[in-house]
Amino acid sequence: MSLLQEIFENLRNFVATIGAVALFFARTVTQLPRALARPGLIVDQIHNAGALSLVIIMTCGLFVGGVLGLQGYDLLQRFGSEDALGTAAALALIKELGPVVTALLFAGRAGTALASEIGLMRATDQLSAMEMMAVDPIRRVVVPRFIGGLIALPLLTIIFIAIGIFGVQVVGVQLLGVDSASFWSQMRAAVEVSDVMEGIIKGCVFGFACSLVAVYEGYTAVPTAEGVGRATTRTVVISAVLVLIFNYMLTAVML
Amino acid sequence: MPNPAPAAVETRPAATDNLVEVEDVHYSVGGRPIFSGLTLSIPRGRITAIMGPSGTGKTTLLRLMTGQIKPDRGRILFDGLDVAALSLRDLYDLRRRMGMLFQNGALLTDMDVFENVAFPLREHTKLPEPLIRNIVLTKLQAVGLRGAARLMPAELSGGMARRVALARSMATDPDMLIYDEPFTGLDPISMGMIVRLVRQMNYALGITSLVVSHDVEELAILADMSYILSGGKVAASGTFAELKDHDSELVNQFINGLADGPVPFHYPARDYYQQLLEDSV
Repeated sequence: MSLLQEIFENLRNFVATIGAVALFFARTVTQLPRALARPGLIVDQIHNAGALSLVIIMTCGLFVGGVLGLQGYDLLQRFGSEDALGTAAALALIKELGPVVTALLFAGRAGTALASEIGLMRATDQLSAMEMMAVDPIRRVVVPRFIGGLIALPLLTIIFIAIGIFGVQVVGVQLLGVDSASFWSQMRAAVEVSDVMEGIIKGCVFGFACSLVAVYEGYTAVPTAEGVGRATTRTVVISAVLVLIFNYMLTAVML
Repeated sequence: MPNPAPAAVETRPAATDNLVEVEDVHYSVGGRPIFSGLTLSIPRGRITAIMGPSGTGKTTLLRLMTGQIKPDRGRILFDGLDVAALSLRDLYDLRRRMGMLFQNGALLTDMDVFENVAFPLREHTKLPEPLIRNIVLTKLQAVGLRGAARLMPAELSGGMARRVALARSMATDPDMLIYDEPFTGLDPISMGMIVRLVRQMNYALGITSLVVSHDVEELAILADMSYILSGGKVAASGTFAELKDHDSELVNQFINGLADGPVPFHYPARDYYQQLLEDSV
């Protein structure tokens, strides 16, 4: 196969995949009203994707905040403006690090769990059994998990940012001796509602992307051990790439 | 005190007509023909067996009958309805009249036995909880697993999982039960239980049963009518006694479990001695 043919073939596959994802999403949207009529299923999935990710999100938030405190202090003290640590760290966490790192962690923890769970349901005929019981697996399995992830990720992002700021405060104020009043007052003065909205919007977009990738990869997994493994890997890789691309695009638009 | 077994009513419903008609079905995958003019019928209220060597498309036939895939040509009629021509909504309505027992049970692993059996009732009805409870317990009693209601699927043996799946597929009282390889991997006791249950469902409830399997001995006891598939068509059909006396070599090989015959022992290959003298495989 010539290079040109190979490029054409890859391009064709890419377009076909985009089309398949769009169709899958359209099916998901059509089943939304009926799935929303059973909020209990969605609450269960918010618990699975959100509450069960809390420990990893909070731990990472604390240490990312801690590192930000150290690096931020080191950088700012060169200019004699270490009092601005609170502002710099909060803006970095709210606008960039919070949404991006949370989304990457979410893809690694909840995204893989979703993809492998749905993939295994496919491999063990559970989805076929539902279809045979006249139950649409998109409505019963996919939509609650998609909505659960969509809601959970922005909430986790907010928690990550809050714990991250606490980590910055512990390192910057408690350990390195930045003035507490300056730390908090400068942060309050500089951080605006629009900054917080930017972080939340990013969290929502990343939640949409990561959840859709996870449920799609799981649902379309080849029903073998290897197929489910591949779907899980693809979930992490595709989610991470999409998060970083969308992050650049959103930042460019919202700056 | 042991639980009393449900009484089997030994009055077989009269087979007045066919519930399923497969008419001249052609189906191929990636250019490889699976069926080329398959025609058969499933009589109402009877136990019908579909047999055949591995790879003859038995499970594909089930997927065609249940509308999971569509034939390239031909029709499959379920109670007069063309399965392939139905809209998704109508197909789902039709599937409520079918129950299917998957080879591995296909129980939902995040629910216990009770919830698995209650699943179709909760999805399709608005029955009050006490009624759902009673229906589920009745179905579990019929398969002898009322006492296992709170076990998770991972805690069940293969035979138990299949009995729970049977209770689940009976929950909505379907017209037809489809069994996909129900005996595979079971010990003799579990196998005997499944055979007994298939008979009971058929005799007591008048359910049309379709068993896809290659366990000749079990099907000999169970089936009123059998089809042997080969080469994308029906190679032979009739009662087990008729099949046993069939003059086809393939039917003879299959029924008697002969290692060599029309289905060869050796996969097609080059000359054995010549290959031994060469380096490559």
